[in-house]
This record gives sequence, C-alpha cells and structure tokens, in this order.
Amino acid sequence: MTTAISVKNISKRYDIGTAQTKFRYGMLREQIVDTIKAPFRFAASLVKRNPQLAPRNSGQNFIWALKDISFDLEEGKVLGIVGRNGAGKSTLLKILSRVTEPTTGTVSVRGRVGSLLEVGTGFHPELTGRENIFMNGAILGMKRAEIDSKFDEMVDFSEVGQFIDTPVKRYSSGMYLRLAFAVAAHLEPEILVVDEVLAVGDAEFQRKCLGKMSDVAQQGRTVLFVSHNMSAILRLTQEAIVLNKGKLLMRAPTQEAVDFYLSSGQAESGERIWDADEVSAASAPFRPTRLTVRDRSGKVVDTIRSTESSSLEFEYELTAPITGLRVGIYLSTMRGEYVFTSFDTDDPMMFEKFGARSAGRYVSRVILPPDIFNEGRYSVGVNASSFAVKRYFMDENALAFNVDISGAPGTQWPEPRVGPIRPRLEWKIEKISD
Amino acid sequence: MTELTKHEPTTIYIKPSSGLAALRLGDLWKYRELVFFMIWRELKVRYKQTALGALWAIIQPVMTMLVFNFLFGTVAKVPTDGIPYPIFAFSALLPWGLFAAALNQGSRSLTANHNMISKIYFPRLVLPISSVLAGLVDFAISFVILVGMMFYYNITPSWTALWALPLFMLLAIITALGVALWLSAINVKYRDVNYVLPFLTQFWLFITPVAYSAKVISDQWQLVYSLNPMAGVVNGFRWALLNAGSGPDAALYVSAAISLLVLVSGLFYFRSMERTFADTI
Repeated sequence: MTTAISVKNISKRYDIGTAQTKFRYGMLREQIVDTIKAPFRFAASLVKRNPQLAPRNSGQNFIWALKDISFDLEEGKVLGIVGRNGAGKSTLLKILSRVTEPTTGTVSVRGRVGSLLEVGTGFHPELTGRENIFMNGAILGMKRAEIDSKFDEMVDFSEVGQFIDTPVKRYSSGMYLRLAFAVAAHLEPEILVVDEVLAVGDAEFQRKCLGKMSDVAQQGRTVLFVSHNMSAILRLTQEAIVLNKGKLLMRAPTQEAVDFYLSSGQAESGERIWDADEVSAASAPFRPTRLTVRDRSGKVVDTIRSTESSSLEFEYELTAPITGLRVGIYLSTMRGEYVFTSFDTDDPMMFEKFGARSAGRYVSRVILPPDIFNEGRYSVGVNASSFAVKRYFMDENALAFNVDISGAPGTQWPEPRVGPIRPRLEWKIEKISD
Repeated sequence: MTELTKHEPTTIYIKPSSGLAALRLGDLWKYRELVFFMIWRELKVRYKQTALGALWAIIQPVMTMLVFNFLFGTVAKVPTDGIPYPIFAFSALLPWGLFAAALNQGSRSLTANHNMISKIYFPRLVLPISSVLAGLVDFAISFVILVGMMFYYNITPSWTALWALPLFMLLAIITALGVALWLSAINVKYRDVNYVLPFLTQFWLFITPVAYSAKVISDQWQLVYSLNPMAGVVNGFRWALLNAGSGPDAALYVSAAISLLVLVSGLFYFRSMERTFADTI
C-alpha cells in the first residue's frame, strides 16, 4: 500500500487582530492615531513577506485553526472527519486542496486532488447550464476534451436535461445544486475531498451523491469526507478522525469515533437565544428568551440520537398575565413538510391549570420519545397564542437539529429510508401454508 | 478512466513557503484552458441583459470622442498637425480604452472572484491575466469603427502599422497587467484600491496625449513626459495609423523597459502575496 496523503505536524494560524481593532467604536483618539499610522503600516505590510506571521498587536490576536495535526492515509481509503463548527475541518481540507498554506508543517499529497469544498464555485448566474458545466469543469482543473467526453453523463446525473440551455439564475436551488454536484462528481481525481455537500438536496439526490462517492472509493481512490451527518459518515467511511479546536483528538474505526464524538458533547450547540431587540413589540406581553434541544441526559445538543428520548425546552417571559395561553412547537423537515404540531396545554387538565398565567418567567418542556424521527435535519418552530384571540409570537424556523439514526430499526441495511418519521414498529410474521 | 488519471500520479508537497516565491509559470501554462474560459465567461456575461449589447463597446469610445471633439476640437482648438480632430482623438481612445479597461478589470479581478479563491486551488495569476486579455475583444470591435473613420477621412495608414500596432498594443497590455498585478494583490487586503482606481485612471488619462497632442508639452518636460509608457503607445498609434509625428525614439525604449520592470516586479509581488489570498480576501 502506498501513502496517498501524509500530513506532518501542520498548524494553521489565522490573524484576527486587524478585525478587532478596526471595528472598535467610540475610541476617537485611538481611531485618529490609527488613521494617521495606517499609511505607514500599509507601506510596511507591503514589503513584509508574510504578514500573517507578524500580527500587529503582539497579544493573542490570532487563533490556531489547526494545531500540530499529523496523520497518514493510504491510497484507496475513505477517511471521515468529524468535529463541530470551528474545529478545523474545513481548514484542514483547504490545506490539502492547496487553497491555503499551513503556517507550519508539511503535507505530501500523491495525485490530483479534486475538491468539493463548495460545489458550484465559479457558476455564473447569467450563464446557461451547459456553459456553466464547461466553466466549472475548467475551474476544477478538467481539460476541455475531458468535459466534452463526460458532458452527457453529467447532464443525466444532474437531471436538469431540458433546462440545460437556460441561464442558471432561473434554476431552482435544487437544480442548481444538482448541476454543480454533477460536474464535481465527474472529476476523476486520485484524491477526492468532500465537505458537507449533502446538507442540501432531497433524499433521492443525496442517495445518488452518496452512491457516486462510494463508486469513487471502490475505484481505489482516496476520499476525505467531512459531514455533520453521522449516518453518512458511518455508511461511507471505515475510519474517522475527530477534531476539536484544531487538535486531533482521536483516529479510530468510524463507529468508535462517531460514538466518541456524539457522547463527548462537542456536537453543535442546539440552542437559540432571543435578544430583547430581536422580538417585535407586537409580541408583548409574551417575550421568548431561549429554546434548546437536549439529549436524554439534559445536555444541550445539536444532534439527537433517534434511539434515545430527547427534549425541547422553550423559555419565555410574560410581562403581563395572559389568559388562554398555549405555547407550542411545530416540527418540520428541512424541505418544509410538517411532521407534527404540539402545544403545552393540549391536555385539558394542563389547560385548566396553566391557561391563565401570571407575569413571570416560564419554561415549557416537552419530551420527544425515541423512535420518532428519521435521519436528517429537522426544524423547530415555536408559537405562543390564545386560540381565536391573538397570536403573540411565532417563529417558524427557530432552531434546527440533526437526527442520528445509528442503531435505529433497519440500519443494518445501508440505505436511506423515505419519509420524515422512522417509528419502531412491531411486526409479526406468520406462516400461513407450506 | 481518462488520460489524466492513467499516468503515475505526481506527488505534491505542501509546506509554508518563504522568501521570494518562484514564478512557476509552467503551472499557469497547465491552466491555459481556464484562462480561455475566464475570458469567454467575461465576454458572455458582460453585455447580458443590456438592450444594446455589444454596441456598448462602440458607444463608449464614440461618445467620449464626441465630447472630446466638442471640448478640445471645437472650443479649445488644440493643435493636431492638420489631422481632423475626431480621428485624431479616436486613434488614441482605442489603445487608451484597452489600457484603462485592462487596468481596472485586472485590478478588481481577485476581489470579484473571491469565492473561487477561497474555495479552489488554481494559479491565481489566471484571474488578472484573463481580465486584461478580455479587453482585447472590445478593442477589436471599436477598431472596426476606426477603419470606417479612416475611409471617411481618406487616410491610408503606412505598412508599418502592420507590425507597429501589435507591438504598441502589447506595450499597453504589459503596462496594464504590470500595474494590475500590483493593485489586484494589494486589493485583496486593502480595498482602498477600489477608491484609488478611478482617480489613477483619470490622472493617467491627463498625462497621456489622448485629447491633445504630445507636442503641446514644453521641451524641458518632454523627457519626463515620454517616460509614461502610455504616451509612447498613443503616439505610436497616431504615428502608425495617421502618419502623425515621428516614430519610436529612445524614450519609448526607456518607457518599455519601465513597463517590463513593473510587470516582472508585479509578478513576483503577486506570487509572494498569493499564499495569503485565500485567508485575507
């Protein structure tokens, strides 16, 4: 086995000092001094080779997006990369695909790197689908002859056939994405770098994308795959690394790495906070403050496991008493299909007790039983109203969370299941005759 | 599998670069198709959703010529060596238009394509080079107008135009690209360039004999004046097309050398700043 990627002690520092000084308000004197100094600093920075290495203020005005990362990857392997936003996943991929340089350390990469860092880069809204295929192909490093030979295949894959000569600005976002992915997927690099392309698009298209990626892997090419979708990671990779705050925490077989990631509480914070100025005055006397998604143990999480119960907590304040109040949630898929609606005073007993609420701070908490959701991302909407009297507050997309289905019924077959819910049903099988 | 993936893959080493960056123009050559596609995109998109379309390539220099004709030809009556003012101005507006468009588009090319830079690897030089070259098409369109005007005024260019015009165009492009390389790289970090550009273009127009003849400059300033490569380009165009003034002299070679210097230093500056483009843009 030959090594496709060898990463040795790479670190990447981003200088954030400039932004901090620039956008400070109310310090007129400093601002003036700064303005006078600016041309000199500018002149100095022009001759300086690498301004990154010399932050203007020597304080902690930089962050280490990656710190001392090392790993080797053999040819033909598929490696998953998990970690919360800001963990350094994208920076790592950017270094591997030569978009940016590491601050220290070296990487050797064997073969052409095809990057799906962002599909559709270089797409121009005024150009037609056909023109954008050629443009995007060229940007991704394909030769014209190569694009010509794969053109029909790409159009088929994208399913935009009859609109191929329409400017892409008239495309729906789904068509746009399919076309963009089609081009990128037909690039035939030795190493494919994929960053969260599957967060969008419908289930059928996601299935095709995943299929294409496993084809690539089966052809003996190396794939690096970043996703927040743990089940996709589990399905596509045998091994994964976990990044946290720029450090490599572990490298292990995927199942182990995903379990570690999900249980270590680094997953994205499933929290929405409303500041006072975000809420319209028309909502008074109802004022939302916080909405959280929590796992079984009460920890705020971005990803819940479908096999465990979880809860939603909605905190709010009443600045005056309200009668007939009901506070509730809507759950919908990212495609906008409602899954269900539920209010805290649906139960007549609860309505009798809490229909009239005095001024004060409240929390309405609901337990979501296990085995409801299918895999994917769900949106939580909130509503506070008095039936047929007034709707105080509504936010249809207050918060979103992911559902991880590992261990759910049917996951022994690595295929997506259609439908927004994935209940655990009791089947009986009887033999009726021979 | 295609040609490209059949051969033994080459290993790329990624490490922090230091010191003066190598130009690696070979990389650029590998991406020549991208240069072609960028030019093609630029042209496809430029006049989309305009009623007059590519006519704008003609209208802009013609309108400028009419304004100049009124101000400098009719009102100020600048000396033109007996050449009708409209063609005197237009023969200069052509190379000037090429230069000004190349300078402006080239200097903004990196910031205009920031999403490509922050997502995908390709030699960044592709962007300013293709922006600068895209200006050639507008030049070709308005050149047709010039030919028409020459028929109208019954002016026959000398045969020297055949080799002289391409050379002067090349000088205009080299000058524009050299400055654009510097400015586009600075623009990544300091968007001040966007404010400097209109001013720079206007100032440069004033010190170039587009609206007037270079002869109005007093002798003591001639040497300094002729160091501006665009003065050489504009004089050269008039000389080759309209037989006006004298041909290239020593000052032209000096200004051409300055242009080359700006271009080469621009290439090195651009290449050494390139490594931080994706982080700062």
